[in-house]
Amino acid sequence: MKVSAREAFMLIVHRELCLSFRRPEQLLQPLVFFLIVTTLFPLGLSLQLSLLRDISPGVLWTAALLSSLLSLDSLFKSDADDGTLEQLSLSGQGLTLIVVAKTCAHWLVTGAALVIASPIVATALGIPVAAFATMMLSLALGTVTLSWLGAIGAGLTIGLRRGNVLLSLIVLPLATPLLIFGAAATERAISGSSAAGALYFLASLCVFTCTLAPLAATAALRITLE
Amino acid sequence: MSSNFWSMGGYARYVWPCFAFAGAVLGWNLWSARRLLVAAKLKARRALAMATALAGNESR
Amino acid sequence: MWTWFYKLASPPYVYGVAAAFAPWLLGVAAIALCYGLVAGLAIAPLDYQQGDAFRMIYVHVPSALLSLTVYTVMAAASAVALIWRIKVGHAVAAASAPIGASFTLAALVTGSLWGRPMWGTYWAWDPRLTSELILLFLYVGVMSLRSAFEDPARGDRAAALLAIVGVVNVPIVHFSVVWWNSLHQGATVVRLGAPRMPGSMLWPLLVMWLGFMFFYGAVLCTRLQGELLNRERQAAWVREAIKS
Repeated sequence: MKVSAREAFMLIVHRELCLSFRRPEQLLQPLVFFLIVTTLFPLGLSLQLSLLRDISPGVLWTAALLSSLLSLDSLFKSDADDGTLEQLSLSGQGLTLIVVAKTCAHWLVTGAALVIASPIVATALGIPVAAFATMMLSLALGTVTLSWLGAIGAGLTIGLRRGNVLLSLIVLPLATPLLIFGAAATERAISGSSAAGALYFLASLCVFTCTLAPLAATAALRITLE
Repeated sequence: MSSNFWSMGGYARYVWPCFAFAGAVLGWNLWSARRLLVAAKLKARRALAMATALAGNESR
Repeated sequence: MWTWFYKLASPPYVYGVAAAFAPWLLGVAAIALCYGLVAGLAIAPLDYQQGDAFRMIYVHVPSALLSLTVYTVMAAASAVALIWRIKVGHAVAAASAPIGASFTLAALVTGSLWGRPMWGTYWAWDPRLTSELILLFLYVGVMSLRSAFEDPARGDRAAALLAIVGVVNVPIVHFSVVWWNSLHQGATVVRLGAPRMPGSMLWPLLVMWLGFMFFYGAVLCTRLQGELLNRERQAAWVREAIKS
């Protein structure tokens, strides 16, 4: 039975989503972490809501970055452990397609969820509603880029002891431009000025990463799987 | 003249630690590289000794 | 000419070349560094604005330039190793990583000590300083990833991929002062057009840069010998090599 690339892509995405939703608690963990980390900052700094607005873009973005990191480990790990990944790579569809499908599914489950949950967190941090659109757009672009950076990191660290720590060590330095421009975009939106420059930069980072990261992630998987 | 050199126009507390740190980094590089080479040669000698000892055992 | 190129893929040949070159490179480096230090500390004239503090340039700029150069060498060697499966490339990358990391640390610390009298602060979250700090994290990541694998060959390949992915940071560090409003001064030497520094201050800097480069070469040769021995412990050529 010959399966077209598009069909294979949809099959894998569907499979990933089914597997994720089979354990809803696993889905919620990064979201809950997002909420908890975001609340840690105002509790630790004990600021008035109006003053919190100054640091809120950075807090929001840092929390989003850290919670995305949590879920990256599971991108390839369980499939690599039980041999599914090798079977998929032998399926004739090409490892790149599989990597793209898995990463897209991963973003749908984690990054998209973060974007949707961000207004709640933003309200807790005192970010005005007018800034929400920019904030969510910047988070959407940023989490896509992050999913791809994470795919490279996850591909390199499958099966390592303390792979989590190493994954963060690898991904976070590469993700700092996201943090800088994402927070800048949100900051500008809060203060009312145009966030276009920062958003364009985020978009360009996203396009750059989406173009090159699949190659790097596939190469990483080939290195760790063979 | 000489004291002006040592005081670096008043910036001595920045200039001298700066050069000292750079010198320390260069020194560490030399020491670490030499240590790696010596250790590598030692490990290679040990591996060779083990291999000849095993070969000697087998030939008996 | 191509036979020489092919020879570079041979571990025993490279081992021999490295062993032969190391003392000479170190000698040239020592001369250049001594000369540059004397010239920089004593002979170069005072800067109009910064006084004697500007002399820190003579260790800060070479360290920073080397931190970028070494990363590029590491990434290039990694690419050669991954694409053409030349193991010597992995050895060069593994040898270069700690050297480059130490130079990055030196650049950050010397820059920090220079920043305090000049800008009033030991640190600023400025594009160049931040991207140089990220470079340090990238070096540490590459070294950690290499050592995390039980199979050294796999560790080499994984670290090679990470080194190549991280090379995007090198142009960011260099062009950060052009692309953004930075506290750090703009490109003075490594730029198109004439350098923006008077000759009497410039040539000790060039001599120091040369000295640091030769120093990197010397340390690389020594580390490379160690890395090659560690990777090829079972090979026949090693028996001859370790007799010295």
